[in-house]
Amino acid sequence: MKILVSVKRVPDPYAKISPNATGTDINRDGLQMAVNPFDEIALEEAIRLKEAGKATEVVAVSIGGAESQEQLRTALAMGADRAILVQTDETLDAPSVAKILAAVYRREQPHLMLMGKQAIDMDENQVGQMLAAILDLPQATFASKITIENGSATVERETDNGIETIRMPLPAIITADLRLNEPRYVALTGIVRARSKPLETITPADLGVQTRTRVRLTQVEAPPARKAGKRVSDVHELVRLLREEARVI
Amino acid sequence: MKVLIVAETDGGRVSEKTLPAIAFAQQKSPETFTILAIGDNLQGVEMLTGYGAQAVLTVNHPALAKPLAERYAPVVAHYAQQLGADAIVATTTTFSRDLLARVAGLLDAPMLSDITALESANGKLVAKRPIYSANLIGTFEVEGSHVVMTVRGPAWGKPEPKGASPVQNAEAPADIPTRSEWLSLQGGGGGRPDLTQARVVVSGGRPLKDPETFEKYIGGLADALGGAVGATRAAVDSGIAPNELQVGQTGKTVAPELYIAVAVSGSVQHLAGMKDSKVIVAINTDPEAPIFQVADYGLVADLYQVVPELTELLKNSGS
Ligand SMILES: Cc1cc2nc3c(=O)[nH]c(=O)nc-3n(C[C@H](O)[C@H](O)[C@H](O)COP(=O)(O)OP(=O)(O)OC[C@H]3O[C@@H](n4cnc5c(N)ncnc54)[C@H](O)[C@@H]3O)c2cc1C
Ligand SMILES: Nc1ncnc2c1ncn2[C@@H]1O[C@H](COP(=O)(O)O)[C@@H](O)[C@H]1O
Repeated sequence: MKILVSVKRVPDPYAKISPNATGTDINRDGLQMAVNPFDEIALEEAIRLKEAGKATEVVAVSIGGAESQEQLRTALAMGADRAILVQTDETLDAPSVAKILAAVYRREQPHLMLMGKQAIDMDENQVGQMLAAILDLPQATFASKITIENGSATVERETDNGIETIRMPLPAIITADLRLNEPRYVALTGIVRARSKPLETITPADLGVQTRTRVRLTQVEAPPARKAGKRVSDVHELVRLLREEARVI
Repeated sequence: MKVLIVAETDGGRVSEKTLPAIAFAQQKSPETFTILAIGDNLQGVEMLTGYGAQAVLTVNHPALAKPLAERYAPVVAHYAQQLGADAIVATTTTFSRDLLARVAGLLDAPMLSDITALESANGKLVAKRPIYSANLIGTFEVEGSHVVMTVRGPAWGKPEPKGASPVQNAEAPADIPTRSEWLSLQGGGGGRPDLTQARVVVSGGRPLKDPETFEKYIGGLADALGGAVGATRAAVDSGIAPNELQVGQTGKTVAPELYIAVAVSGSVQHLAGMKDSKVIVAINTDPEAPIFQVADYGLVADLYQVVPELTELLKNSGS
């Protein structure tokens, strides 16, 4: 079984993010970048399936500028077998990303595609579902447990109403939630080995995909700040203020 | 703008989580919106009929008895096309995130997730939405004639009562794919108000130790206020609280009248889900905890001492 995993380059989740001087984007000076945490979880799951003898090959794919090679090298160091960079400097919206991933999927013909439920830059949570629609495949979003058996996937999903379990035949698109697993630390031997693993670079045109971005970010601003309020000395004062000042109880 | 609202259902019953999407439609397209509710033998449809929608379409079919995106998406796409909808809209929840992005994929439509504002300028739609874990607000321009949107519940509030809408039974399209199967759902309920709808939310963090302690202190205080219970990711990950109680970037977004954070440090990811609450109270032993920077009322104290005191006080004075 071959597994395809998508990997997006995003700001480190613990980096401080602020608008740039013109308010058109974030300030990217010296910004630490990382693999999207949800993609790291998807990748970890794929590698575990390979270690368990359920998968034979794990292929990582990223769409972005040449610098996304860095995140693909991390994916290779974690344990992916090879990587594909679809190189473009264009800013793409989710349907465009989904179309490119669909073309990569058709070329690679994996049995399973794993990816993050959302990229933590724009927090859109769209690409996996769009990809499943384009490819006409079953989908399981927000996965917190995946069991692969007899050509089908049984997936526990984190929904607002609790843990839902669904089952579907493979191939399918599964998107990872935080509790699916704890990604491993990359060992030094992995980093060394990753240098000799194949990383192919292609373009959207090579895949025959023409993209048209229809959703564009035009302005970035800080949300209205909340002021720190009062310190209260005990629960009596707290209850009195909630009643008489805030009037919420 | 012709709007199609997709009602949230669990396949058997309409959920009140649909209401903010209806409030959105009343504000942005008061004359021309239709509500679509999908399931099997659907109950609670009358919840949708008093808000001035042109019609409430119900699609009932045994294959739609559980809310699987693979099955629901072609139904939504079919009626969106039949009605010539310019916008397909639902309140942001895991149900709508799962379903509407698939609909956008089927229709090759652009999509905006979790919007808090929408205007039109020079013939283009311009929306605002939180980005980077709600650290920033982004403004987005959309090109094209139709768009799919999820709307952030707390930003749109509740709809106004308006004229009655006719309920029309509509056919399910013939080709519903049935590859995905629904097996089970665990959790939920518990008799407390829904976290995303509640007027009061009491949340607890990692120091609550175990499920019994969490229930006793956090559950007890929530019950004294008739509120819902929330949790941090650290509390959920340590097995202290169930998943569906998580508030934050990767959990639920809440904006109650009163949010009480008990032993919650106030990470950006947690704040992303609750900082629009009207009044925030923080109880924490660390006077430097970041939660105090957003709290209207802060009490530096040990939860094990003050939460029982507070709970008793509220019970005795009948809040
Ligand atoms: C990609 C990503 C997504 C995430 N999404 C979320 C999310 O959606 N929601 C979320 O909550 N987190 C999320 N997190 C995790 C987040 O970064 C924090 O780790 C988490 O919120 C911390 O939880 P906590 O406040 O319970 O624990 P801690 O950080 O351990 O804080 C406990 C607090 O309790 C106080 N305390 C200790 N003992 C007592 C006592 N006896 N009485 C009173 N106070 C006491 C301490 O002073 C401290 O401030 C995410 C992280 C990542 C990387
Ligand atoms: N530029 C990209 N390159 C590779 N994968 C991507 C890219 N953008 C989005 N994805 C994938 O799609 C998932 C959902 O992203 P989103 O819908 O943008 O929140 C991410 O977790 C990634 O796996």
